[in-house]
Amino acid sequence: MTPNLTYIVVVGVLFAAGVTLLLERSLTRVLMGVILLGNGANLLLLTGGRAGGPPIVGTTDAGEMSDPLPQAMVLTAIVITLGMTAFLLALSYRSWHLNGHDEVQDDVEDRRIMDLADRDEGPGTDDADQPDSDDQLDPDGRPDPDSRRSSAASVAAAAGERGRDA
Amino acid sequence: MLVLVAVHALAAVVAPGLVRRFGRRALYAVALAPAATLVWALTRTGGVRSGEPVVETWPWVPRIGLEIALRMGTLSWLMVVLVGGVGALVLAYSARYFRSDDPGLGRFASVFVAFAGSMLGLVVSDDLLLLYVFWELTTVFSYLLIGYDPAKRASRRAAMQALLVTTLGGLAMLAGFVMLGQHAGSYRWSVVATDLPGGGYLVTALMLILLGALSKSAIVPFSFWLPGAMAAPTPVSAYLHAAAMVKAGVFLVALLGPAVAGVTAWRVVLLVAGLATLFLGAWVALRQTDLKLLLAYGTVSQLGLLMVVLGAGTRDAALAGAAMVLAHALFKATLFLVVGIVDRTTGTRDLRELSGLGRRAPALAGIAVLAAASMAGLPPMAGFVAKEAAFEAFHHGGTADLLVLAGVVAGSALTVAYTLRFLWGAFATKPGVAPADPHPAGWSFLAAPALLAVAGLAVGVAAPAFDGLLAPYADGFSAAEPGYHLALWHGPTPALGLSALAVAVGGGLFLLLHRGRLRATRWTPLDGAAGYERVVAGVDRLAVELTGATQRGSLPFYLGIILVVLVVLPGGALLTGGPWPRQFRAWDTPLQAVVAALVIVAAVMAARALRRLTAMILVGVAGYGTALMFVLHGAPDLALTQFLVETVTIVMFVLVLRRLPVKFSARPIRASRRGRIAIGVAVGAVVSGMAWVAASGRLATPISDRFPDEAVSYGGGKNVVNVILVDIRAWDTMGEIAVLVVAATGVASLIFRRSRDLDRRSAVPDPRPAGGGPRWLTAGFEAHRHSVILQVVTRLLFHAIVLFSVYLLFSGHNAPGGGFAAGLVAGLALAVRYLAGGRRELNAAAPVDAGAVLGAGLFLAVGTGVAAMPLGGEFLQSAVLDLHLPLLGKVHFVSSVFFDVGVYLIVVGLVLDILRSLGAEMDRQQEDARDDVRDKELV
Repeated sequence: MTPNLTYIVVVGVLFAAGVTLLLERSLTRVLMGVILLGNGANLLLLTGGRAGGPPIVGTTDAGEMSDPLPQAMVLTAIVITLGMTAFLLALSYRSWHLNGHDEVQDDVEDRRIMDLADRDEGPGTDDADQPDSDDQLDPDGRPDPDSRRSSAASVAAAAGERGRDA
Repeated sequence: MLVLVAVHALAAVVAPGLVRRFGRRALYAVALAPAATLVWALTRTGGVRSGEPVVETWPWVPRIGLEIALRMGTLSWLMVVLVGGVGALVLAYSARYFRSDDPGLGRFASVFVAFAGSMLGLVVSDDLLLLYVFWELTTVFSYLLIGYDPAKRASRRAAMQALLVTTLGGLAMLAGFVMLGQHAGSYRWSVVATDLPGGGYLVTALMLILLGALSKSAIVPFSFWLPGAMAAPTPVSAYLHAAAMVKAGVFLVALLGPAVAGVTAWRVVLLVAGLATLFLGAWVALRQTDLKLLLAYGTVSQLGLLMVVLGAGTRDAALAGAAMVLAHALFKATLFLVVGIVDRTTGTRDLRELSGLGRRAPALAGIAVLAAASMAGLPPMAGFVAKEAAFEAFHHGGTADLLVLAGVVAGSALTVAYTLRFLWGAFATKPGVAPADPHPAGWSFLAAPALLAVAGLAVGVAAPAFDGLLAPYADGFSAAEPGYHLALWHGPTPALGLSALAVAVGGGLFLLLHRGRLRATRWTPLDGAAGYERVVAGVDRLAVELTGATQRGSLPFYLGIILVVLVVLPGGALLTGGPWPRQFRAWDTPLQAVVAALVIVAAVMAARALRRLTAMILVGVAGYGTALMFVLHGAPDLALTQFLVETVTIVMFVLVLRRLPVKFSARPIRASRRGRIAIGVAVGAVVSGMAWVAASGRLATPISDRFPDEAVSYGGGKNVVNVILVDIRAWDTMGEIAVLVVAATGVASLIFRRSRDLDRRSAVPDPRPAGGGPRWLTAGFEAHRHSVILQVVTRLLFHAIVLFSVYLLFSGHNAPGGGFAAGLVAGLALAVRYLAGGRRELNAAAPVDAGAVLGAGLFLAVGTGVAAMPLGGEFLQSAVLDLHLPLLGKVHFVSSVFFDVGVYLIVVGLVLDILRSLGAEMDRQQEDARDDVRDKELV
């Protein structure tokens, strides 16, 4: 099959405009990018099938018909885009309602991990202590050097203390 | 045997309830499960003695050759007796050790009995994969037992250590099992043992398996986790050390021994690691001040000895090993239970604080002395019999054997020394320390250790009887000479002399240490704890660095990376992937170019627009342009749907944008905008290139050439696209309508802030009286808010539009239309009603819950599919009926129309849901806010 140049140019432009919008932070813009991308993708699917008359038996000869298979796929894609649009719109409204804007913010947890990486530290979650617990921790929540050297010994010593508590 | 495992599982399930009801007494009931195991094993003693294993097989996962194959030979029998007997006694003891109000008691009982059940399953598994499953179950349950008190850091760390170390070993072991099993074509050990591979393959598999066994049994360099596990309650330690968990590794070595002990690497690793562990454990034990830790390091040492004896690969050594497993279980369980009593009655287990306990608690001291004698290897205890056998097994061989013998004797001397330290520490009267003042321990508290200690004595005295019981296992090893027999008295043999030597040296060593002439160390460099810490800390750091480097937390950044990869990889492949097709056509009709120009201009301007409304209109223009492209392509269904979707989209946008600010928020800085545009243009170029190549690449005849014929003959419809949707590819459509339902639910849950507001989605009768004036619409008229003309037009058009949508739905099988388009038309009718009359009007027009419409649609679609099945068809297969009815004439009926009705309902439900959420509910929230403001002003 020979490619249709018009389709190819339109698909390219729709993708370019869609991606540019998609990379923005405003959710409304992202949504418009998604819609443009969706149209571009639908046309891209159609370039794979030949054009012709409507694929309805009786109105068009089988040889003249446009390819029905990509059309069926595109049809559901169109409706799914509608559902997606509704969802993203609801999302941007919700974001505006809660934060006063509809921008995608950076993830706070990820920022914290990046800070840890910058400081060359480990997560240290294991040593988050319960109030009544024994400990040999310094304020940073890291085990003290002694228990680092031999955790068995420190754990065992702690076990001993526990026995005395009991 | 499977029944017994199931009994344990059942006991684990009911245990928390029992404990809640009856307090700690419930543990006696729970102890019945392991006790039943013991009784059952004892009734099978005769058969096992005559060398006939008990075998049970159930199919489980036949496809991967996994079956529940259970087999109890001599070795397994011994382990079952220990697992059941010690388990029952420890549970009974726990009923006195814990207090009824211990918060974790129910969980403890449950996990403990589950652990016992896993251990039981482990030792009777014949299938190696099944053995692995039970092996990991013991790992998990031991994790829970060690972490008995999750509030303590020591407890959590120890549990995590045990889990990581033993799981890592377990995985290596699994790899070894798979290697052996794949070679033999079966995972039954009784089969695998007869069909072992050779050479490096076997050695690799065995080393992997040893990794599992050694880590489980806390052999150097994995020995550090076991003393750490002392954070567990004392009964847990007793069971873990004596009969279960660490014995799993010993059991595995013993099980594989008869078949693989001929492999040199197997023997060397076991002998070296075992001897190292024997020394280091004992040496470190000599420095401990906590009685429990002293015993723990003693266990490490004894496990090393067991590995040496069982790894030697001779008949006599194996017999000694089996006897030693039995003896060790009896005395080590006793001693731990004794420590538990000391701890409970005096409040400490530090030997520096204990003084004069022997005099105050003579019964306890007596039990301890009996067990300690067995540990030190004094006659007439079981430990003595086993140790004699071990000395005897090694003193005949060559230089290597004699070296091992020297090591074992030296280890025994160290054992004697730390045994003395234990007895002295727990019971001796020390100058300068206040004498202990223990609470009396009742007979029921003492019963379990007393029974175990006496059992140790009985085994020693009745050694010849046990010889007959354990010999069938040892006879699995090839023996050159008539074998050794277990007995208390063999006459004045060299072994007896070595025993005496060990006791003498051990006693001297204890005195030296006691007088302070010699100091043992707290830990040893060969202990893997430091390595473990470094590895764990390293993995943590790596995770932080990796996450920090990849998870930037910025959505545009992630998208940018994905898109750049799209440009670089597929784009690069396009550029380098050979000659491009040259042929192309400019357009199908020139009109295409005109419409295309419209779409292009609209898209580019939409990307540049600063106002939301402008951007929205431009996106809409691009969408309508796309619909025109569909028309020119010869796709009327697509064009119809696209027009409708664009219209609904614009309605939605207007509904939401009226609440959002007019302009987009601050533009991103210029440089970053340029980057975005560059990525966008690059992606567009790559996609164009792909479209070019892909379209040119279609050389084969499309599958859809056959569709027109099939649509008529099988699907009973003339509109090929619609038949594809509801018949040929109905599964796809099913998935897609499910997505729509999810999207609709998501929209509602984002907008309706409280779940009780969701009731408003359904039509609640409006309590407010309708306004005055002419009633064009059902819900009344508010002239100041809604246009009269719109209302009149709506009044005229609504029913016509709904009727049209029904027409589209039913004609869709043969003409453009179908469920999707028809549903959108009906949805637009509702949208018009809402725009003309507000949310009350919407409720009047559609007095149903959107969720109910969605659900009914999905139900109908799935129901149509399922209905085809009892009629002998595939899921979603359609049936065609041509009826001749009076008056109506010929009626052509296809069952897939019901599927299409389901699609229709779902689309209507989606639009209704959007109108209720983005329209009505947002209105209500706005009104509420306004009311609040007015109330405040009035105040």
